[in-house]
Amino acid sequence: MVDAAMTGVIGAGMDSAKLKRMRRFRAGDATFRGLTLGAALLVLLLLGGVILSLIHGSIPALSTFGLDFLTTQSWNPVTEKFGALAPIYGTVVTSLIALLIAVPVGIGIAIFLTELCPPWLKRPIGVAIELLAGIPSIIYGIWGLFVFAPFFQTKIQPFLISVFEPIPVLNNLFAGPPYGIGILTAGFILAIMVLPFITSITRDVFDTVPPVLKEATYGLGCTTSEVVRKVVLPYTRVGVIGGVMLGLGRALGETMAVTFVIGNAHKISASIMAPGTTISASIANEFTEAVGDLYTSSLIALGLILFVITFIVLAAARLLLMRMNVKAGN
Amino acid sequence: MASSLSTAAAGYSAATSPAAQALYRRRRRGNAIVLSLSFGATLFGLAWLVLILGALLYQGFSGLSLAVFTEMTPPPGSAGGLLNAIMGSLIMTIGGVVIGTPIGILAGTYMSEYGRNNKLTTIVRFINDILLAAPSIVIGLFVYEVIVVQMGHFSAFAGMAALAILVIPVVVRTTEDMLNLVPNQLREAAAALGLPRSIMIRHVAYKAAMSGIVTGVLLAIARVSGETAPLLFTALNNQFWSTNLNAPMSSLPVTIFQFALSPYPDWQKLAWTGALLITFTVLALNIVARAFLSPKAHK
Repeated sequence: MVDAAMTGVIGAGMDSAKLKRMRRFRAGDATFRGLTLGAALLVLLLLGGVILSLIHGSIPALSTFGLDFLTTQSWNPVTEKFGALAPIYGTVVTSLIALLIAVPVGIGIAIFLTELCPPWLKRPIGVAIELLAGIPSIIYGIWGLFVFAPFFQTKIQPFLISVFEPIPVLNNLFAGPPYGIGILTAGFILAIMVLPFITSITRDVFDTVPPVLKEATYGLGCTTSEVVRKVVLPYTRVGVIGGVMLGLGRALGETMAVTFVIGNAHKISASIMAPGTTISASIANEFTEAVGDLYTSSLIALGLILFVITFIVLAAARLLLMRMNVKAGN
Repeated sequence: MASSLSTAAAGYSAATSPAAQALYRRRRRGNAIVLSLSFGATLFGLAWLVLILGALLYQGFSGLSLAVFTEMTPPPGSAGGLLNAIMGSLIMTIGGVVIGTPIGILAGTYMSEYGRNNKLTTIVRFINDILLAAPSIVIGLFVYEVIVVQMGHFSAFAGMAALAILVIPVVVRTTEDMLNLVPNQLREAAAALGLPRSIMIRHVAYKAAMSGIVTGVLLAIARVSGETAPLLFTALNNQFWSTNLNAPMSSLPVTIFQFALSPYPDWQKLAWTGALLITFTVLALNIVARAFLSPKAHK
């Protein structure tokens, strides 16, 4: 309305060529705005499309097995009996092992980078750690299978088995022949892969602590470790948890590296050294070879479960990090 | 430095009770432990980078020869190269980036220029961040359902679409961030000259944010050129030379996957060589992308 009136007023004093140009500009403006809006909406559509297509694809499996799909362990393509429990278990356990290793190490590196490191070394070390995130997943896989697993099998696993032998509960966890590949190996490789994500977010939120707070604590005579434990960590707790959740989201969905080293066995073993499988590894291994609609549909249903889990974890991570940003005032 | 500290500490402790001295020593010891642990964690983290790159060089470098770039992937037991896989990777990566980049830049433009801080932008940013970290294998399943099943066969085009979906969130994120950094005075000056908004965005805001947007595209290329999972059941694999976008196409990551898990030593050797090629391409892209951004970041 106002626009039209303005054109009228301005247009009265213009010749027709100028007027034409104005109109063209206006049409160009509207088109460009429409294009950008369309692209932004497309991002939303993509996510919606992913969810809908996964639901559509998993209907045959879910309607055949119902909720039993989530609670049974059998995975038998011949009799067409499928249950998701073993891959879900493998996904959760490998990710937890990864976090158990990567969280303390990541926080340690962040402490080193923010409190200890000489300024000239900060950038190179930060970049080197972030390059770990740049290495493609499949490289971790081939390295894990040919270099890390043999080392793990001959050095680490026999050591762990002998150490935990006399301890009642833990000896079940670390039992069995050292295969080299298995749940524990996969968890370890995942730890290396999520380390850069946890490190860089932890470092960034550590940097948001107001220097005044730290200086005041140092002024009271606190040591560096006391400053970190009593000022930096409490101040950044929400952000650190957000970073850890983001790492968890990555670990849950990681595919190729895990496929190489997990052993692909659809069963739940008491020992974490035994071979297992994860949701993503099952899909990667079996999807192209799956014969029959029910088999394919069961794998897509696995994908749906994975997507729902990672969606919840990543959404929680983002919400926590957004809270941290509000606190930091940017 | 250390000795002067300890003399100072001695002077300080001389004036205090033995209990306070013990406490002070304990706190200093605790501090030393925490700091050495954090130093150790850093070494631990860096060690993996060195070990992985070392293994790649050691295993992959010996297989590097001209044949790798001029011959096709061989059947087991005979010599060959990776030419069709490299070509397939190039075609699909370029295709994915060409499709994904404009969409990503336009969406980022909306978020920063038209809808800054409105509700839609907040939602799109949230969803985009989730897509950014979503498991790539799920994207593969999506494209399988939407394109492969509808067309009735695997194709390079489906692979491109899967890669494009991975490119979009990276480009959206960097474009929005970089446009947000462009000072508003530039926009106001352009508006004062009477420039229409779309021309202001394309000729002023894009120019000011150019290096950042290029960085985003480079990072996106780096990300998708190593992706395997979304290609497994979209582009599948192809043992032969093919540039037909409507047929299955070979790619370097999928070939590595197949060759590394095979029992044949010469296939495994080629897998290592391919791994070396991919890793150093990706790392080089990462470093170039950072170099592009750094003059801006230091300002």
